[in-house]
Amino acid sequence: MRFYNNLTISQKQIVWAWIFLALPVLFYVVIRFYPTANAFVLSFQEWNLLGDRKYVGLENYAKLFSDPVFWKVFKNTFLYLILGTPISLVLSFIIAYHLDKVRFMHGTIRALYFLPFMTSAVAMAWVWRWFYQPVPIGVFNNFLASFGISQIEFLSSTTNALPSVLACAVWAGLGFQVIIFMAGLRAIPQSYYEAARIDGVSTWTVLSEITIPLLKPTIVFLVVFSSIGFLRIFDQVFNMTTNNPGGPLNSTKPLVLLIYDTAFNGFNMGYAAAQTVVLFTILLVVSLIQLRLLKDS
Amino acid sequence: MKLNRLRTFMLGAATAAMTMAAGAGGASAVEIEYWQYFFEARVDAMDKLIENFEAANPDITVKMTHFPYDSYRTKVAAAIPAGQGPDVVQLFYGWLNDYVEAELIQPLPADTFPPEKIEEEFFPMVKAMRMGDSYWALPTAVRSLALFYNERMFEEAGIENPPANLDELVETAKKLTKKDGAGNLTAVGLTTGMTAQDHHWIREVLIRQFGGEPYLDDYKKVNYNNEAGLKAFGFYNDLQAKHGVTKAAFMDEPQAAFKAGRAGMHIDGSFRIGALESVRGLKWGVAELPAGPDGTKSNYSSYWVNAITSKAEGEKFDAAVKFMEYLTSDEAMQIWLETVGELPAKPSAAMTDENINHPVYGPFIKGLEYAKTTVFANESAQRQAMVDMMQRIELQGQALEESVAQAAEEEQKVLDEYYKK
Repeated sequence: MRFYNNLTISQKQIVWAWIFLALPVLFYVVIRFYPTANAFVLSFQEWNLLGDRKYVGLENYAKLFSDPVFWKVFKNTFLYLILGTPISLVLSFIIAYHLDKVRFMHGTIRALYFLPFMTSAVAMAWVWRWFYQPVPIGVFNNFLASFGISQIEFLSSTTNALPSVLACAVWAGLGFQVIIFMAGLRAIPQSYYEAARIDGVSTWTVLSEITIPLLKPTIVFLVVFSSIGFLRIFDQVFNMTTNNPGGPLNSTKPLVLLIYDTAFNGFNMGYAAAQTVVLFTILLVVSLIQLRLLKDS
Repeated sequence: MKLNRLRTFMLGAATAAMTMAAGAGGASAVEIEYWQYFFEARVDAMDKLIENFEAANPDITVKMTHFPYDSYRTKVAAAIPAGQGPDVVQLFYGWLNDYVEAELIQPLPADTFPPEKIEEEFFPMVKAMRMGDSYWALPTAVRSLALFYNERMFEEAGIENPPANLDELVETAKKLTKKDGAGNLTAVGLTTGMTAQDHHWIREVLIRQFGGEPYLDDYKKVNYNNEAGLKAFGFYNDLQAKHGVTKAAFMDEPQAAFKAGRAGMHIDGSFRIGALESVRGLKWGVAELPAGPDGTKSNYSSYWVNAITSKAEGEKFDAAVKFMEYLTSDEAMQIWLETVGELPAKPSAAMTDENINHPVYGPFIKGLEYAKTTVFANESAQRQAMVDMMQRIELQGQALEESVAQAAEEEQKVLDEYYKK
């Protein structure tokens, strides 16, 4: 107690700060950092969930890098990212930009866009899955068939399946991105636009010289956020392809699904941990690169 | 988990208090724990079994705990080595190797469960539970495959009897298939889907019917990349490619197509009975799987088993043995059949006149007599090899021989990796 009494005010403030911080710090150490560290250790071991863990050195990683399925999955994961992030960003910006100008039923329209984001990903994926089915049940194909156009294989084609799954994922995330973009647009002071109007600047110049530059923090946030989302895509893929997860012929399988399959169907926990470490590394690298590239120079 | 532990603690405390109150007099009751994964009908059936068992053995109480399927294995693995958890545990037959290796279960005592007696009393596929001189686990109920057929569609097409052999299967399916003006299938004669039960049908039924043996060396060596295998996969592939009586994953899932009345025939397990019974307006019947070209009959059976864990010792072990005896009795099997719809594991309980002539259970039970059980190293990976095999042929135009060879190689790799340990 005497020790505490001898402290200066600012030192006391620090002590109290740490006392209040102790709980979240403890929480993070036990719930986040310990399992993460454990996963790193596990990636050098062999374990089937039962019995003892056995050290196998780099065997899991060697196996991973020589597995053609892993490289296929690696490619898929980046396809989700490279297609998903720009498409969803451009779409949501266009929607937000125009929605911002709409006065008529503004709230209702905004709510409609946000609705998919509040819907359960599982329910949504199943509905889309049924949309995509061939003739007797699929909405899209029934529509095509009623005009005498031949059917499109959506989920049962090795080339169309990934974009089909992605479309659902983009649509699901759109509402959130629109809202964030609109908040960003509202935060831009009106005076800039007024000044531009007085100067008689074209709409295009306003967009490229005022709106987009001032939206940069919003864009950075959304790029990083949605990239991480697409790199970790799982719900949509798993639910749209449950019979043959990640199929056909691994054409839609993302890394997270591979990890799930290795861990909870193959009970090969060490190998799954190695895959997790690779995913972690990818997420870290991609996020760092994006932050660096998009940071204010 | 925490709540459970608290409950166990409170229960323990209460029991202790009661024992003390009762004084040093009468013998204290033994409590054993039983674990299974959560599936409503299974839990209901087990509740009934426990009630009957406790009535017959007033000095033993059985406490059942159940978990969601996905966390079941983890919980078992964590609890038993820590001296916690179940004395009698339920596991899938395919997990036996892993459980034995991890020393989670102990062999059934030979005086109560002599191997010769088990082999005499149970259906032959239960042999997979024998390792060395003893049995490690025994099922209460088993599942087998049969052919479901839509009676309305049969009537419409003027078909009287379900197909008895593979040729008839193709002919019947042709009559049941319906197409719209553009040639799109609107109803299939027979559902197919390697991701459902078809990989079992091919492995243990079709390959054997075309004269082959799917695996050698206790299921450690793939043996279908040969004439019999090619014939079997060829027959299966022709259903869609040549006869056009089916489409893989028609209406998303085979059972969905059958439920919707858009499939004439559907091969599935006995566990599907309950789901089909609740479909309004669907009139369906069940028949034995069609026989092979030379009349060979075969079937695939899978099952969940019960075992005594390594944690059970002393009087708990004795109580666990008694409980196991009850779980493998004819009475328990009949209750399980009536509650869950899974078939008795012993001919004495299964082959009663009533069961065998039962319009729904009968064909499944007849199938048990000649059913085989695949010993899987990793069922999902082994299934995947077959799923990919058919998709390479359908989507990428790979030749059948090449695709079968590749699948055999992939599956062998899965087996080798598992058994090298």
